[in-house]
Amino acid sequence: MSIRLTITSQIQNIAAEQHKKIAPLDDKLLLSESGLDSLCFAILVARLEDELGVDPFTASEEVYFPTTLGEFIELYERRPA
Amino acid sequence: MNAAPPETLRALLRSGPGLRFETAAGSLLGDAPRGHVRGAAALAGRSVLIGARSQLAAARALVELDGLAARLVICPPDFTAERLASAIEQANVEVVASDDPQKDFGVPRPVAEIADCSARQDESACSAPLHSQWLLPTSGTTGAPKLVAHSLASLLGAIKAPGDARPPVWATFYDIRRYGGLQIFLRACVSGAVLLIAEAEETLDEFILRCRSARVTHVSGTPSHWRKLLMHPGRKLLEPEYIRLSGEIADRAILSALREAYPGARIVHAYASTEAGVGFEVTDEMEGFPASFLDGCGEVELRLRDGSLHLRSPRTAARYVGRDDLKLLSEDGFVDTDDMVERIGDRCFFKGRRAGVINIGGLKVHPEEIERVINADERVRMSRVGARRNPISGNIVVADVVLKDAADGDEETKREILESCRAQLPRHMVPAVMRFVPHIEVLASGKLARNHA
Repeated sequence: MSIRLTITSQIQNIAAEQHKKIAPLDDKLLLSESGLDSLCFAILVARLEDELGVDPFTASEEVYFPTTLGEFIELYERRPA
Repeated sequence: MNAAPPETLRALLRSGPGLRFETAAGSLLGDAPRGHVRGAAALAGRSVLIGARSQLAAARALVELDGLAARLVICPPDFTAERLASAIEQANVEVVASDDPQKDFGVPRPVAEIADCSARQDESACSAPLHSQWLLPTSGTTGAPKLVAHSLASLLGAIKAPGDARPPVWATFYDIRRYGGLQIFLRACVSGAVLLIAEAEETLDEFILRCRSARVTHVSGTPSHWRKLLMHPGRKLLEPEYIRLSGEIADRAILSALREAYPGARIVHAYASTEAGVGFEVTDEMEGFPASFLDGCGEVELRLRDGSLHLRSPRTAARYVGRDDLKLLSEDGFVDTDDMVERIGDRCFFKGRRAGVINIGGLKVHPEEIERVINADERVRMSRVGARRNPISGNIVVADVVLKDAADGDEETKREILESCRAQLPRHMVPAVMRFVPHIEVLASGKLARNHA
């Protein structure tokens, strides 16, 4: 499964578990308007760490938080698992 | 008026029905002659550390030195040289009693050998018995050990005199050098029981077989010990009449699993700690304890203060030794157990250790509360909940789960367990990540290995 697909399917899983209604997952989607709250993102980052073997937020020296879904996916794609 | 002569462990064994303490390697008879500790007479009035490799040697030294030494410092076998040195300094230990001449105690002290065979000894050389102080380290795992001072009387406080019934045959998964095991050892001393103990080198298989041939009737251990036994095929060889759990929270899952495995047994969970002594026993086979205990429970008074259980009784330790900066008892004589308790209606439930709280985005979570929900799934044998660092929420809840049958370990099972967590817990307490693992480490103390930050 591609990194992009892994991320979007995890987002859908978490949204379903947490009973969150999410916006269509395109690259321009602002994370703050995605329908996921910070606990959902915390879960997402933890699960992606297990699936992709990396947590780019902690692995990076510079703390860079993406604002759109496209930037979020890019952050993972830039780091080979 | 003269004070009553001090009661020593040896006097107790002599006047009572006696004890038979059995390990795979040998046994100790309660009325055995003195002389296992070489040069014991020179230890009169001294501060002595019991640094034995085997439990049998520790038991011999305890019987022989209580009433003779001023202080008995009892350290568990997994104490590092550094921790032993700290205990030796704090308790002003002058002599170490040990069956292991190679052992490193961190600081040099003369060693009195605990031997297998007893030497003849002139009993008249022994002075009148003292009230020996029994020092036990608290079970905390980080930093310098804290030693709490008990007396034989405070240790024996919860133990009733034997009735007319035939003496029990005890087995314990505990080490007698920890409070939980020491209680069983003393219980056996008072009741004239046989007590079966597993030394470190004995496997669970061998121990179970020995318990079976000795027709063990009473068995004690922590919930983690019991879960380990329930995962062992040899569990069917035991037919205990009495099952005792202490040292960790006994949740509904372990109580009902034991009820199913041992339909004929009485199942009791007890609350005790090294500092607070034996608090109370719960005999109704339900988790937690009746809120009526807060109105008084025999000699023990219970209070909930800031959510933590406080106990006052003649069985609590008196003070910390060598740490004047720490107070064990509050002004009004209560011990704060640091065990967090919540009252719901007429029942009180243990939520977990104060120090074990994990912080999830600013919300405090007791891992034990989540484990209780996971363990309630009938496919689950045991679980351990912890925190994983998370860049978004600081920490996130993660769970390791051991299933009764590894074949159940699929995504569907995981989804269902998490679903029941979601139905019963606030959302920040539902594990973000759950893993099925083959086993979970249990410490030498019989408690789950937790990584407290």
